[in-house]
Amino acid sequence: MTSRIEDAFAKARAENRGVLGVFVSAGDPDRETSGAILDALVEAKVDMIELGMPFSDPMADGPAIQAASLRALKGGMTLAGTLEMARAFRARHPATPLVLMGYYNPIYIYGVEAFLADAVAAGVDGLIVVDLPPEEDDELYLPAREAGLDFIRLVTPTSDAARLPVVLGTASGFVYYVAITGITGTRSAAADSISAAYSRISAATDLPIVTGFGIRTPEQAGEAASLSDGAVIGSAVVDIIADNLGGDGRGTPEIVSKIAAFVGDLAKGVAAAGRRD
Amino acid sequence: MTDINLNSLRNQPDERGRFGMHGGRFVAETLMPLILQVESAFKAAQSDADFASELAYYQTHYVGRPSPLYFAERLTAHFGGAKLYLKRDELNHTGAHKINNVLGQALLAKRMGKTRIIAETGAGQHGVATATACALFDMECEVFMGEEDVRRQKPNVDRMRLLGAKVHPVTSGTGTLKDAMNEALRYWVANAETHFYIIGTVAGPHPYPQMVRDFQSVIGREARQQIMDAEGRLPDTIVACIGGGSNAMGLFHPFLDDESVRIIGVEAAGKGIPSGLHAASLTGGTPGVLHGNRTYLLQDEDGQIIDAHSISAGLDYPGIGPEHSWLHDMKRVEYVSATDEEALDAFQLCSRLEGIIPALEPSHALAFVGTIIGDMDKDQILILNMCGRGDKDLGAVLPMLEERGKL
Ligand SMILES: Cc1ncc(COP(=O)(O)O)c(C=O)c1O
Repeated sequence: MTSRIEDAFAKARAENRGVLGVFVSAGDPDRETSGAILDALVEAKVDMIELGMPFSDPMADGPAIQAASLRALKGGMTLAGTLEMARAFRARHPATPLVLMGYYNPIYIYGVEAFLADAVAAGVDGLIVVDLPPEEDDELYLPAREAGLDFIRLVTPTSDAARLPVVLGTASGFVYYVAITGITGTRSAAADSISAAYSRISAATDLPIVTGFGIRTPEQAGEAASLSDGAVIGSAVVDIIADNLGGDGRGTPEIVSKIAAFVGDLAKGVAAAGRRD
Repeated sequence: MTDINLNSLRNQPDERGRFGMHGGRFVAETLMPLILQVESAFKAAQSDADFASELAYYQTHYVGRPSPLYFAERLTAHFGGAKLYLKRDELNHTGAHKINNVLGQALLAKRMGKTRIIAETGAGQHGVATATACALFDMECEVFMGEEDVRRQKPNVDRMRLLGAKVHPVTSGTGTLKDAMNEALRYWVANAETHFYIIGTVAGPHPYPQMVRDFQSVIGREARQQIMDAEGRLPDTIVACIGGGSNAMGLFHPFLDDESVRIIGVEAAGKGIPSGLHAASLTGGTPGVLHGNRTYLLQDEDGQIIDAHSISAGLDYPGIGPEHSWLHDMKRVEYVSATDEEALDAFQLCSRLEGIIPALEPSHALAFVGTIIGDMDKDQILILNMCGRGDKDLGAVLPMLEERGKL
């Protein structure tokens, strides 16, 4: 049996394009709006969703996702709530891969064993935990693989020849290429650097490689997705939430409709750009 | 193999940077290659006699080491118990222990060919020390400081600017040390290839807790020798305040294997532990992962970090160095706390009785000492790490003393 993640890449390949992934924080700005946003993403033909597990101190995130995380926490989101959202999402959308992304501490406090059991039961496909490099694999990577979850590795511009085998040797699902040396939402990578990185990384792994960090427009999404195997957009989507909050900081219908329209454009950009080779 | 004493508490961490379950390297992949480079450069420097002698040169001629171990006669008489000695690291150039570590790391950065430096700071003492070293070694300096701390430690902000550093006020969170550290780490992630991050306390990813401890251990090595010279024996008790825990680790480490020495770390109890408004990670926290290491943290049941509270900007941090967490778990060191009010009283007491205006941070340690030293025998000895001077605190402390009718 293939995984949902494998199926998503196969489908995009068959349609001669890269995959489109979108990141949002669970519960941003509140649980109902956040659930409606996830539905809108599927409707707008997103191939894969990265659902942020809010954390008070998101050390690798820029202002947009920091604010998203804090809005979600203020709205009462917890890790248990995030898992509950994942479960409800899976009940509505059986095919779209769902990857939980965040930092280790809330998982550590929830309890690794309980977290993995609940994530698997909720229908989560993979995990991205920013502050768990391979040096800390016994914390979560090994038990997560045991539980059947993909554990997505991050490769960065600082991943040199000595580092790549360490990171990729045990990668699963897909590889997330962090296109800039920096935090989320700050700057964008140049096309030639994505191409060069793709050659370097694909020489060391057979897994698909998606590019993320700093992608803001349908054109950039198309470019990144066609230079690698996919593109992930986070801050630009999260900014729409920030810009359309109600007076009380609550969600509004505009948030959902504007995200749907923007993500629809991203999907068109990715489809129009075609596939590498 | 050289002989390693398996019973020693002084040969941590292991090769993964663990002190028992604490420590480690919980950082974004972007930083990993760099952290590994820092580790191998540090290892090479440790066994390089030239590095040691260059550091010793600056410690002697620039910082003014060794700092005196001073018998505080009037405080001793006031408390009426054991003899109180002050390890006078407040006399160091720049006014605190922070320079001991900064010079070590700056020389390491220089060896690695890095000329651009990042630092976080709470009280501003680490920022000032880093700005100072950067002036001395012709390096660029970017300091991250919470905006609340920029306000309450203004003289240090002015000093950093005069020394040529760029101070970035941090507005996220409560605008204190935790937020400054987040922002410094973010800046480092964005500038990993060009910048060296000089962390100011025994926290962060391996090898920082070990490296900072080793550079600060000069405090304890000197104190050990000085008390042997003065009294012909080891102290009965040693005490230091704890923010991240660098001055404390520096004093404690050389004494860890001396079973007769009682070791006490004093955290900031803010408005009191029951109020929830404090910075006492060991007294009031649980183990978690933040800023690159596992250690005791102030956090809620969902693993979200809770803001710390302390009158002292240098202690206002919701975590603590991982080695302290380990020493706490194994009960080698006792961790206690002192409140804002107790620290204010000790601040004033030390100024009046000894003519030494202490920083608010060691005032916490002195406040706790006041609760135990009177019950010790007169022939016993207690060493307190006077790790900083209070000039930086006058703006914050004077109005409070006036408000309380104490000045
Ligand atoms: C004088 C002084 N003491 C103590 C501290 C707390 O740091 P640590 O616990 O690392 O010694 C600071 C920090 O700014 C300080 O300036």
